[in-house]
Amino acid sequence: MERIPILRMGSYLLVTIQVDMHDKLALTLQDDLTERISSVNAKGVLIDISSLEIVDSFIGRTLANIASMARVLDAETVVVGMQPAVAITLVELGMSLPGIRTALNVETGMEYLRETVGGREESDDDDGLSTED
Amino acid sequence: MTMGSALKTETVPIANSSDVVVVRQRVRAWALELKLSLVDQTKIVTAASELGRNTLEHGGGGHMEMSLVENGVKRGIRLRFIDHGPGIPDLDLALKDGFTSGGGLGLGLGGSKRLMHEFEIDSKPGSGTTITVIRWK
Repeated sequence: MERIPILRMGSYLLVTIQVDMHDKLALTLQDDLTERISSVNAKGVLIDISSLEIVDSFIGRTLANIASMARVLDAETVVVGMQPAVAITLVELGMSLPGIRTALNVETGMEYLRETVGGREESDDDDGLSTED
Repeated sequence: MTMGSALKTETVPIANSSDVVVVRQRVRAWALELKLSLVDQTKIVTAASELGRNTLEHGGGGHMEMSLVENGVKRGIRLRFIDHGPGIPDLDLALKDGFTSGGGLGLGLGGSKRLMHEFEIDSKPGSGTTITVIRWK
C-alpha cells in the first residue's frame, strides 16, 4: 500500500509530502502519524508541504486534524514551506487553517519546535535517526 | 452565463479518489498551456479538486468535461462536472460556507465559486448535477 514516509529524529517526527496526495493517502498519513506519535512518544511533528502545488479543503482539514490529534497526544505540530500561490488560494477558498502553527521553512519550523517542546523535554534515551515504512 | 465557444475538449472520468488527482493534473496541464499565472493555475486546480471530489462524494462519480473556450478576445478554461447522483435539493443552502451534507467543511461549492470567474449549477433532485465553471485568462 502506498504510504508517505515518516522520519524520526530524536523526539521529533518529520514528514515531507512529495506526491500529489489523493484523499485516501492523506487519511493514511493521518492514521500513521497519530500511531507513530503515540508509539515513539514524539513531542513534535514537522510537516513539510513545500512540494505541494495545491492545498484544497480536504488536505487542509487533514492537516488540521493531525495538529489536533497531536495536541491531544501531547505533541506540537508545525506545517512548513507553503508556497505563496497555495496560501493565496487557500484563504480565498475560505480556509485560514486556524489552530495550525506554520513556519516558512524547515529551519524556522524546527527552531519553533525546539523552543516550544525543548523546555518540557524529558531525558532522551534515544537520539538516533530512524525511519520506518 | 457567457459560455463561449469551445475550441477543444477533453473528458476525464471520476470514479475514485485517484481520479480526482488525474483531474488536478489535467487541469494543471491545460492551465500551463494557456499560460495562466502561477496563482491562477493554483486557483483553477484547487477549484477542480473541490468540484471533482464533490462529483465523487455526492454524485456517486461521473466525469469532468474540460474545454478551451473563447469569447471575443478572451480565452479561458471551462470545466463541467457531471454526475447522475441524487441532485442538490437546496442550491442556496449548498452554496453557503459551512453547510455540508457529507463529512467535509462545506467549503467545496462556495469556495470554488470564489476561485472561478463564472459558476453555474444545474441540478434536479433525482436526475443528477452539472456544475459549470470558467476561469478566463
